[in-house]
Amino acid sequence: MAAVATCGSVAASTGSAVATASKSNVTSFQRRGPRASGTNDSGPRLVSIAGTRPSVRNGQLLVSTGLPALDQLLGGGLAVGTVLLIEEDKYNIYSPLLFKYFLAEGTVSGHTLLVASAKEDPANILQELPAPLLDDKCKKEFDEDVYDHKTPESNIKMRIAWRYQLLPKMEIGPVSSSRFGHYYDASKRMPQELIEASNWHGFFLPEKISSTVKVEPCSLTPGYTKLLQFIQNIIYEEGFDGSNPQKKQRNILRIGIQNLGSPLWGDDICCAENGGNSHSLTKFLYVLRGLLRTSLSACIITMPTHLIQNKAIIARVTTLSDIVVGLESFIGSERETNPLYKDYHGLIHIRQIPRLNNLICDESDVKDLAFKLKRKLFTIEVDFIS
Amino acid sequence: MFVELNNLLNTTPDTAEQGKLTLLCDAKTDGSFLVHHFLSFYLKANCKVCFVALIQSFSHYSIVGQKLGVSLTMARERGQLVFLEGLKSAVDIVFQAQKEPHPLQFLREANAGNLKPLFEFVREALKPVDSGEAQWTYPVLLVDDLSVLLSLGMGAVAVLDFIHYCRATVCWELKGNMVVLVHDSGDAEDEENDILLNGLSHQSHLILRAEGLATGFCRDVHGQLRILWRRPSQPTVHRDQSFTYQYKIQDKSVSFFAKGMSPAVL
Repeated sequence: MAAVATCGSVAASTGSAVATASKSNVTSFQRRGPRASGTNDSGPRLVSIAGTRPSVRNGQLLVSTGLPALDQLLGGGLAVGTVLLIEEDKYNIYSPLLFKYFLAEGTVSGHTLLVASAKEDPANILQELPAPLLDDKCKKEFDEDVYDHKTPESNIKMRIAWRYQLLPKMEIGPVSSSRFGHYYDASKRMPQELIEASNWHGFFLPEKISSTVKVEPCSLTPGYTKLLQFIQNIIYEEGFDGSNPQKKQRNILRIGIQNLGSPLWGDDICCAENGGNSHSLTKFLYVLRGLLRTSLSACIITMPTHLIQNKAIIARVTTLSDIVVGLESFIGSERETNPLYKDYHGLIHIRQIPRLNNLICDESDVKDLAFKLKRKLFTIEVDFIS
Repeated sequence: MFVELNNLLNTTPDTAEQGKLTLLCDAKTDGSFLVHHFLSFYLKANCKVCFVALIQSFSHYSIVGQKLGVSLTMARERGQLVFLEGLKSAVDIVFQAQKEPHPLQFLREANAGNLKPLFEFVREALKPVDSGEAQWTYPVLLVDDLSVLLSLGMGAVAVLDFIHYCRATVCWELKGNMVVLVHDSGDAEDEENDILLNGLSHQSHLILRAEGLATGFCRDVHGQLRILWRRPSQPTVHRDQSFTYQYKIQDKSVSFFAKGMSPAVL
């Protein structure tokens, strides 16, 4: 298919570099293939997964966050195997949007999704994903995909009205777009066919916590323990870590966890300063990091850090996450009426960027960034005023 | 290793002092470049290194190590490097019941215990092998980083005890060196972390403190490094020496310069 071929050619140019790297251990360039070092791949690993691209700096495999502007600020995208932590804005209006953009990007790219929430049913979250804005070039790719999927009988049927073969089809079949980063229309919903065609797993805490399956004793709150087991199960069963001999997965698992740390998860760090479970969240993040580093997955977590009473926990959570982005909305603050900020809805702070496999990181020079949610698009711009 | 940092510390792989505890500390910036420096430094000095890597995976250190001229995979194969990968072990411990005691088995326990299994692991890894000829010069323990142990439920006192036991074994008994990294939480009021940091500052011979610039982010100067030599055992007549340099991290090296003397400014 043309879509996969373009992606493959990008990887092929780096594939030859990998061939030299595998022969001699001295070269510093190493193509970041699947992080699963447990796989038995000894030769060069050409990773041609849809919706990913290698980083310009060190060949790290990146996935898009769903917002091309944010991808640029993060140095190209979110690295596979890392955690993107979103510090929620005060009234939790804009962080669900970033969460949904991430999942929508996974749907459009054909990745597997794992949605975990204690508040909303994951099926409902997926119904509310924004619709992708597909321009003509992408539509042509659709048509080619749909063409190849079409059975011969329907081709015969179309011969009767051959003139209409050239027009874009109205139905949208399973999408496998090879583009990296799409724009989404926040005012429209994602087409039902796309959602149904995607492979997703949901973790809704009230459903899972009621089951009486014996849980291994650990000092995590039961909700976190169940979630970790669920994630580990999916990673193993579907072969994202390469350890399952039956399944060799060539796809990315996108994990989305909403409102982690809120009281709905059974955690009391937002209620009490020195609660009994003060290490639960950090332990969870540590084990999650271990799971991610050894599998082809990327994770987005939204966390209400403004509610956490103990500031030390926020510092520890930041250390245990890879990318930390804070959202500060102007609603209810004095900046809402400030004429300088009238075009924007809030500020976005890139608090931390990881240095993965490298001494340096792709830090953006610009630190004053503001975002606004226009009728259709969520844009991030440099805030020249402050 | 960074040659400029070696010059500032007045040391080379062949002439490094033994029996020393070096404390690496970072405040408002990422001090992991110091860990990479010391890892490659001691591997080049032909020491037996036990690396307790709690925060990143093996491949991360390996790839950076290749840029600095050491191969961690080869060092591990020939027995020079004993690598404890915390992230991978955590996944194994939490999801599978372990038959033998694991150095990080406190992750399964509900109450904060002590780090005795981890100390046993370190002692076992660094004990001299009776093979007749001395293959490695002296043992080195490297920990990245200790603040993670606090996040995982360990108390500051338990971590200090662990360091004390390791110091007694590695620095005094085996005449080796120790390098540990602790984050300075600054104004986040992390009491446990402050206890740990203060306790270690009093015990260490050399403190390297990487700080972000007080004036904020700068593209050409990534931070400031404070070097403090201490003589904990000697009387306080000898003043502790302290130097401050600013640095810029590049792809394969770090360049140091005096404050305000960045090449971009001059």
